[in-house]
Amino acid sequence: MNANRRTVIKTSGAMATLVALGIVTAQQAHAAGRPGFEARSLQDALRAVGGTPAATDQIRIVSPDIAENGAVVPVGVSSTLPNTTELFILVERNPVPLAAAFTIPRGTEPDIQTRVRMGESSNIVAVARSDGRLFSAVKETKVTLGGCGG
Amino acid sequence: MSTPMRIRAVEEGGVTTVRVLMAHVMETGVRRGADGAPIPAHYINQVEATHNGRNVLSANWGAAVSQNPFLAFRFRGAAKGDRVAVRWTDNRGGTRTDEAAIT
Repeated sequence: MNANRRTVIKTSGAMATLVALGIVTAQQAHAAGRPGFEARSLQDALRAVGGTPAATDQIRIVSPDIAENGAVVPVGVSSTLPNTTELFILVERNPVPLAAAFTIPRGTEPDIQTRVRMGESSNIVAVARSDGRLFSAVKETKVTLGGCGG
Repeated sequence: MSTPMRIRAVEEGGVTTVRVLMAHVMETGVRRGADGAPIPAHYINQVEATHNGRNVLSANWGAAVSQNPFLAFRFRGAAKGDRVAVRWTDNRGGTRTDEAAIT
């Protein structure tokens, strides 16, 4: 556990130094080792995650049709595709569309709930990796008050 | 010292449902303060959950997960009384681990 702390602090420190020197942007530093989190468009995020997913009705997105508060939008994603090993949640119109990436080990259900910020009304795109291939489903959630602040 | 996570883990019919509420500002880095300067990003970017030391979920998050993050997931193979631990790490190297017994 101590080794992990030191590694994380060392890595953060190294990245912080690179950011300070202007060699790496803050955005890239956040995204280091985490594919897709630097992408600023849905297409780039999907490419980073592994390509263009095939549309499927075997991914279910549970989210409000209309969210009053874009800062806290409950989103549930579940997959009935075989051997789903990863689930991704993207908000198409957010400045950084990839919101969350989950790795699902054997024994864990591919069924996740969380809450995301939506800057504006947007498609929520859920992607699943099933037997190594990407599939996606889309649901639109309208937002009354955008949730990114600023 | 960060605020403890609230973790509820309930086993029924062989499936354990875990619900976690984490306390974290989840600052996106997009907001500006009163002086107009951007408030630096500060958000949980990694989460790991374990059951008796075995990984049952890993997550990478961006700044778009809401403040005081909520997370729910389900897994098989646990029994009442087993421990579930959740660890989060944020983009500044902050980290916190909490655990709960499955009821």
